[in-house]
Amino acid sequence: MLKLGLPSKGRLMEQSFDWFATRGIRLARTGSDREYAARAEGIEGLSLVLLSAGEIPRELAAGRIQLGVTGSDLIREKLAGWRSDVVELAPMGFGHADLVLGVPACWRDCETLDDFASIARDFRAAHGFRLRIATKYHRLVRAFLSDHEVADYQLVDSQGATEGTVANLTAEAIADITSTGETLRANHLKILPDALIHASQATLVANRRAIETGAIAPIVAHLGLPPHAA
Amino acid sequence: MIPRTAKAAVGRRILDAFRAAGAVEVAPDILLPADTLLDLYGEDIRARAYLTTDPIRGEVVLRPDFTVPVVQMHMAQGAEPARYCYLGEVFRKQDHGDTRPANPRENEFLQAGFELFSRDPEADAEVFALFHGILAPCRLSATMGDMDLLLDAVAGLPLSASRRAMLAHHIWRPKRFERLLDRFSAVEQPRHFAVNSAPWTGLRSQEEMEARIARLEAAAEGPPLDAAWRTRLHRLFSVAGPAPTALDELRILADHIPAIAEAVERLSARLDAITTRGIDPGSIRFDASHGRRTMEYYDGMTFSFTAEGRPDWPPVATGGRYDALTKVLGQGEAIPAVGGIIRPGLVAELEHAPC
Repeated sequence: MLKLGLPSKGRLMEQSFDWFATRGIRLARTGSDREYAARAEGIEGLSLVLLSAGEIPRELAAGRIQLGVTGSDLIREKLAGWRSDVVELAPMGFGHADLVLGVPACWRDCETLDDFASIARDFRAAHGFRLRIATKYHRLVRAFLSDHEVADYQLVDSQGATEGTVANLTAEAIADITSTGETLRANHLKILPDALIHASQATLVANRRAIETGAIAPIVAHLGLPPHAA
Repeated sequence: MIPRTAKAAVGRRILDAFRAAGAVEVAPDILLPADTLLDLYGEDIRARAYLTTDPIRGEVVLRPDFTVPVVQMHMAQGAEPARYCYLGEVFRKQDHGDTRPANPRENEFLQAGFELFSRDPEADAEVFALFHGILAPCRLSATMGDMDLLLDAVAGLPLSASRRAMLAHHIWRPKRFERLLDRFSAVEQPRHFAVNSAPWTGLRSQEEMEARIARLEAAAEGPPLDAAWRTRLHRLFSVAGPAPTALDELRILADHIPAIAEAVERLSARLDAITTRGIDPGSIRFDASHGRRTMEYYDGMTFSFTAEGRPDWPPVATGGRYDALTKVLGQGEAIPAVGGIIRPGLVAELEHAPC
């Protein structure tokens, strides 16, 4: 029996149900809508598991589920060496969110990542410590900034209300997921246009071993995905 | 697999050689305060260091490197000249990005190191020759670089002091360095920044921003850099070859980049001193850009010894001069310092699988 992991809450779950429904697999919750149980109809040998979206990458990598729906950002952030463990089968066209770098809107001298790098250097010289970027996406942000050779910064961990850290003086800039940019604007921050760290969307992901053994080939065919995806 | 005991035995042998060269053995803590290391090395080290929290000491880190604690110890109590040696584990996370390699690097390994605090002009040669002698049986390739040359070349550019400082700061980041060089080589249009009504937020002050804007809007940093300078810098960066040949090339370059003349003569004196110690300078490869690919704290000679037949290995030994680091750690008080480390684990592997 193959296990498919879906986010247990909200719009992501609903949209995942719709995505599978248009491809001939009906998924539905069983019991009350507070019970984390669900079933699949229209295909043999597939069982459904509802999980927190953030746990799906780890469960996929461990092979406890063979298929899962999660954000492409979470796959990259949570799994070091993710390509060795999982394969992205298909982008699903919803759950779009960008991981962006946000700086105070009042920094009118900060229009590009080069400006940001130069401000970081000045800031470190003036304040005696590295410019702080609040984020929960440590690996993605670090890889992006290292790739673009930005120095003189440090990451500070922020697991929520990240946009508030600048006003609270616990960070000078933030890196967070946004779809409309509204929370950033409300907190007097602006997005650096040339610092899109990752454009994320809901993605159907498979465990690499399950692909190599051919275990999920029937489902890939049923979903009408190109066989090379598997 | 080489047993840990065999690696430790090689480490002790190297330590004996360091002691015979006059070094006092020291044993820095394994658990170090994180703040100094993080501020010094930034996110590069945070990504690779094992951090943990102590309820009383705050953030601590499993020793990722010996140099900082040895320098701190020396600056607190040492008198010059001083020679120290050490042997112990360092710990590094190995995050390889998207795909894991078949043979991941080790997360903990031994380092045997030697650090020399001295104003003797032959200190560089002493350290290089010591490492060369210990590693001779391994038949490694020796590469030498010199950050002095590059930093002096940048310091001598006909640019404003702030632009020279910016280039020197980013010398270890080739893409950013090139972009800055592009910018400074072109006729720059003054930038204009639109005023907006956003309320002030965050720790960076309005004065800091206005100072930067004044600098950029004025574009008063002098005329663009002549294209010849970029060509000269690139020629300097690409000097690589047997040390005597490279030295000849550098001497010719010094006619066009007078600022490097002194550093070239220091390199020449260093190679002479190394020759006097019985090493053929023709066997050393000099690569002017070598130091740009190392840790940022080296600001003079850099060196590494690599195993030719093992392209997937890190260098078996690395080292160099790090006067600037002692200045940062000594709050302004600097001590000339040069040193390096050998990885006994790699030496042990070479000895067990003779090439």
